[in-house]
Amino acid sequence: MRPFAYRRVEDVAGAVGQPGEGHRFLAGGTTLIDLMRLDVERPAVVTDITRVPLAEITEHEGGVRIGALASMTQVAEHGLIAERYPALREALLASASQQLRNMASMGGNVMQRTRCPYFRDVAFPSCNKRDPGSGCGARAGHHRKQAILGTSGACIAEHASDASVALVAYDAVLTLQGPGGEREVPLREFNLLPGDTPQVEHDLREGELITALTLPAPIARSGVYLKIRDRQSYEFALSSAAVVLRVEGGIIGAARVALGGVGTVPWRSPEAEAALTGQPATLETFQTAARAALAGAEPLEENAFKVPLTERVIVRALMQAAGVDA
Amino acid sequence: MTHSVWEAPETGELPLSLTVNGVQRHLTLPVQASLLDTLRERLHLTGTKKGCDHGQCGACTVLVDGQTHLSCLTLALSCEGREVRTVESLAGEGGALHPMQAAFIEHDAFQCGYCTPGQLMSAVACVETGHAGSEGEIREFMSGNLCRCAAYPQIVAAVRSVAGGQGEQP
Repeated sequence: MRPFAYRRVEDVAGAVGQPGEGHRFLAGGTTLIDLMRLDVERPAVVTDITRVPLAEITEHEGGVRIGALASMTQVAEHGLIAERYPALREALLASASQQLRNMASMGGNVMQRTRCPYFRDVAFPSCNKRDPGSGCGARAGHHRKQAILGTSGACIAEHASDASVALVAYDAVLTLQGPGGEREVPLREFNLLPGDTPQVEHDLREGELITALTLPAPIARSGVYLKIRDRQSYEFALSSAAVVLRVEGGIIGAARVALGGVGTVPWRSPEAEAALTGQPATLETFQTAARAALAGAEPLEENAFKVPLTERVIVRALMQAAGVDA
Repeated sequence: MTHSVWEAPETGELPLSLTVNGVQRHLTLPVQASLLDTLRERLHLTGTKKGCDHGQCGACTVLVDGQTHLSCLTLALSCEGREVRTVESLAGEGGALHPMQAAFIEHDAFQCGYCTPGQLMSAVACVETGHAGSEGEIREFMSGNLCRCAAYPQIVAAVRSVAGGQGEQP
């Protein structure tokens, strides 16, 4: 690993305001240290924020406020999360391994980088995310695990986080502290589509630090996270869905549908939600919503299987959330 | 705001104080040193193994403040003031084996043994943190520890036996 200048800070004021170029915050380190050892990340300055007191999880206006340094384990095992946001708990427990969940912070999880092998291996010459203008190795090469939604000619890298899928389904808002003050950005808008600039992944300004994730009161207390993968544990999603339904008298009053393993960002599907809202909670409705969610998919040869797979994942998750049998 | 910042003047070596297996240690380390390399190369605690060095195999699992961590992905300097436990802490006075070590032998829970130190630390944490209630729960808690000899059924049996075997069947 290349050497770097190391700063250790004790509070938010000490952390913010570092020049963005060549600077990285160190929290759990599970992405950053790995990518530094792979020579993908080459920061000149690393600011260690592990001692900054930002790990509190508190009740907030009927919802919850999660400090950005709360670990995935801490959030998954918190009573408020189990009670109000079951799909987030399930997504966290289906993520990574116990060791990684103990280390990884929620703020870091939101900043997690793609697992696309063309990004992670510097021996591959083409990756627009790692080396803008060099081309997309995955599009012409192996792309079984890469995205089918939100892709561009420049990049098809999948977004790897499970937790972020549940977080966008629950309308999470990030609090960002910068040298010029604090601002709030919905997670849905924080993750940027690749377009022609896949190297720009987040709406994060120079010197800004994620300090908290706030979840508003959920539309319903039932929620499901369904994840399909090559192994039963310790594997990234091929396809996943976080769904929350409010059903009254057999009619869907409100719906949240978000997808993982298939998008270049945690993929919220307003199309599926529109197809569900006001409709009876039946298998037919769920199938219509699933088709709507995938209507804009642009699969390639190796990942075309993700279209029917994801439709089935959505239908099954909705059936579980609504308590409907096939 | 500089009062709260502890900053390396240059990219050289920096001091670190931490507790390893109950002993206070004071070291001077290169900034990029991992906890794993520090344990093995500087403290000569070679029980903790380096497998992939990328957080994928679990051979380097240690306990940091009581929770399983991957020491290969842990920057040593981030452990200032923390308590680290390695496999060397398990055996008692005179080399008496920890119940989990004895159970691994009893249940034939390894072949080559390379992953065993990491398996033991996860297994001890699995029981200590109350995640050994069922075979399924043990398998999920332990899934970050790969065993290329595929001793998984025996590892699960060893953990169950230490947990009291009171868990439900899968």
